[in-house]
Amino acid sequence: MSLRLSQNTIILNTSPSIASYASIVGKKEGEGPLGKHFDLVNDDNTFGESTWEKSESRLQKDTVSKAISKANLVPSDIDFIFAGDLLNQCIGTTFGLRELEIPFIGLYGACSTMAESIAMGGIFIDNDVAINVAAVTSSHFCSAEKQFRFPLEYGGQRTPTSQWTATASGAVVINKKNAPPFIRAVTIGKIMDLGVVDVNNMGAAMAPAAHYTIGQHLADTGKRPEDFDLILTGDLGQVGSELLIDLLNRDGIDITENHNDCGLMLYDLDEQDVHAGGSGCGCSASVLCGYILDQVKDGILSDVLFVATGALMSPTSVDQGESIPGIAHAIHISNKSE
Amino acid sequence: MAVDKMEYDKMLKKASPNSKAYINIPMAFIIGGLICVLGQFLMTSYEKMGISTYFSGTVTSITLIFLSALLTGLNLYDNIAKHGGAGTLVPITGFANAVVAPALEFKAEGLILGLGAKLFTIAGPVIVYGVTASVIYGLIIYIFKLV
Repeated sequence: MSLRLSQNTIILNTSPSIASYASIVGKKEGEGPLGKHFDLVNDDNTFGESTWEKSESRLQKDTVSKAISKANLVPSDIDFIFAGDLLNQCIGTTFGLRELEIPFIGLYGACSTMAESIAMGGIFIDNDVAINVAAVTSSHFCSAEKQFRFPLEYGGQRTPTSQWTATASGAVVINKKNAPPFIRAVTIGKIMDLGVVDVNNMGAAMAPAAHYTIGQHLADTGKRPEDFDLILTGDLGQVGSELLIDLLNRDGIDITENHNDCGLMLYDLDEQDVHAGGSGCGCSASVLCGYILDQVKDGILSDVLFVATGALMSPTSVDQGESIPGIAHAIHISNKSE
Repeated sequence: MAVDKMEYDKMLKKASPNSKAYINIPMAFIIGGLICVLGQFLMTSYEKMGISTYFSGTVTSITLIFLSALLTGLNLYDNIAKHGGAGTLVPITGFANAVVAPALEFKAEGLILGLGAKLFTIAGPVIVYGVTASVIYGLIIYIFKLV
């Protein structure tokens, strides 16, 4: 049974296993440094569908189906699925998952959804209210641009602080398989807003949330940054990562040695014209499920603090001049169950 | 240690790189200038073909709008605009791109609620305030002529 350590942190005493995981990405992500690690790179960003929204649904459905089959299970074996995406009313998820007929809990945490869904799934398994659960999220560059920014063919310039929404999806199946990677603890963040209004600088908007959640996790568990091989933030990009390190330094916490950011890992920042890095739910989801979990499973990484970050604005709130609230949730993923 | 909004704003300005004006401005000048050179070339050519000076300007605009719409449809205009910036935004080609791009994007929602309703999402404000400004301009001229 789970142990509530503080307002934010829950220890998963039975250390649920990530029994299987899968990632599917688009062409640009496949051309990035992690390209060879994904289960599938689809060079056709439409994924064979007629609209970008359907493309994203297809991407998410294919990814979760892949994860379920890698666990040697079928959709009817999954008791609950926790999922979400960036589109209004989470239609990427609901239309993608409707045929799977799995009891569904929809989540919206913007780009933090992978950590949010793993946290929920882990807690369900830890408390024996389910045998197998799945967690999945996705983002698609084209559907996100359409909803949040400009039409694809509109000729505009991006600012250096802007980030590139990944066409990517990641999914996990969680159960009590008793094999690594294990989910050891989760820290649920609170909404942080330090008044950033520039929608082209989301890394800066989310850094305070990552700062809060990482600080809280360390304080609650009594761990130090060096207890982790990797502190992996979601998609802060270049600007957000620099700010996070700065903010933590002020608290006397130094993560420079073992910090990396999914937004900096997914693309080659010098060659791929993504400005400050990647973003989108699929960014941290695909880096985790494509690259990091393999390393934890094989013991190359022993302890990882996965901190996915989300920017909780909408196009309406941005037009109304509101600042951008951020959120971050942390998951301690380990090669050891205790 | 809690950071307040003012202090964070300072940190964020320090961490955020600015746009490279020393590249963007010359590029806008060159690409925008080339579009104007093309316009002048078309206009002179039309005049040589016997179209009057008055109409050759109109025909030139129509040609540039067509070329911009075509390049937008061929997924090329945004790649030029990425480098051209204001140089591709300000000429009439930028306006054509701002109308064609949403037309392509929102055709998935149908001809009425998609294409029809969203056609002017970007260009709409330009039309609204362009027309308003021209009315004010006209009134000023009218009043001054009365005096």
